[in-house]
Amino acid sequence: MSSITISMSVNGKAVTAAAEPRTLLVEFLRETLKLTGTHVGCDTSQCGACVVHVDGKSVKSCTMLAATAEGAAITTIEGLAKDGELHPMQAAFREHHGLQCGFCTPGMVMSAVDLVSRHPNPDEHTVREQLEGNICRCTGYHNIVKAVIAGAAAMRS
Amino acid sequence: MYEFSYHKASSVAEAAGLIASHPDAKLMSGGQTLIPTLKQRLAAPSDVIDLSKIAELKGIKVAGNVVTIGAGTLHAEVAASKDVQAAIPALAALAGNIGDAQVRNRGTLGGSIANNDPAADYPGAVVALGATVITNKRRIAGDDFFTGMFETALEADEIVTAVEFPKAEKANYQKFPNPASRYAMVGAFVAKTASGVRVAITGAGPTVFRWNDAEAALSKSLTAAALDGVKASADNLNSDIHASADYRAHLIGVLAKRAVVALG
Repeated sequence: MSSITISMSVNGKAVTAAAEPRTLLVEFLRETLKLTGTHVGCDTSQCGACVVHVDGKSVKSCTMLAATAEGAAITTIEGLAKDGELHPMQAAFREHHGLQCGFCTPGMVMSAVDLVSRHPNPDEHTVREQLEGNICRCTGYHNIVKAVIAGAAAMRS
Repeated sequence: MYEFSYHKASSVAEAAGLIASHPDAKLMSGGQTLIPTLKQRLAAPSDVIDLSKIAELKGIKVAGNVVTIGAGTLHAEVAASKDVQAAIPALAALAGNIGDAQVRNRGTLGGSIANNDPAADYPGAVVALGATVITNKRRIAGDDFFTGMFETALEADEIVTAVEFPKAEKANYQKFPNPASRYAMVGAFVAKTASGVRVAITGAGPTVFRWNDAEAALSKSLTAAALDGVKASADNLNSDIHASADYRAHLIGVLAKRAVVALG
């Protein structure tokens, strides 16, 4: 088994660790760095539970090699809250009960934060369209959409 | 996923050298198809050559009537490009509807056309707009590039570097996305170009093709009514759990009409 050394910044902290060339970014985050907030749902690029930000853009970390992320700045769900205070989007998900079982929530929140960077004032249609890549198997979409709209408003203020 | 060795190329020349010396290697751009394929063990390359950090493959340029898009340009970048939106709005709209937001943040134009999934969107634009595919070796006409299911005119060690899209007088793309994958069950790209009306159909057959009967009818009258009675043949169309060949043939007519209406 060949091993390579991979360095990146994760939630503002520089990390360097050994991995295989075939190691996925999500495996690197969960298994090497023990950041298990990022989930693996389908492992086929469909469900979005594994969404993280790579250099500020939302990507499916189950569909990116850790080696490709060499030198990148990664933000995971663990990196959103600052000084013990929830990110406005996290707070909105809590306030609007934008979750049922909670498994899809980390990916939903990460996609929602990226969505707001592209659509600062999204309407319901835009939110639903932009969340195409995130599946909630509990089908709790109504409250998720409400939470994203409220979170977007909170991020603007 | 089987094991492989990994190389990050920093230039097209370096990538070309690597693929020439590693005949069982795979080139990876955004990896949105290759990584799922590797996970399913449907491919076992000895080496993966990562093209995603090659600066010369990125970027969008407009010169005169031609929009040149680097092969490594992300779908999200094409969709958000003011230049593409102004020059060929249908192309920006197509890029903005590929997959989902996260796929668009990794997937690239070059990766999409080199892979030539029968249900990919970009091949429709390349063929209908009469684009030219530029590689590290030559220029290939869009009409000659897509040769079969997951097959292209590319040689084993040839790398797509950019695509030149001529502006169209009018163009529109309509697709019927699969509800789960967002891939086109059928997509119709209709363009009024300097060389006439061109209709490219993706998603329906083994690879993108031009719908000649519709082109002939629309050349006489660029109206949806001109397609009344023009029926796409179901022969050689894909039939799978998502749609039968007959249904796909029906969708070709519906989507081509929608595209013509949307041309305005």
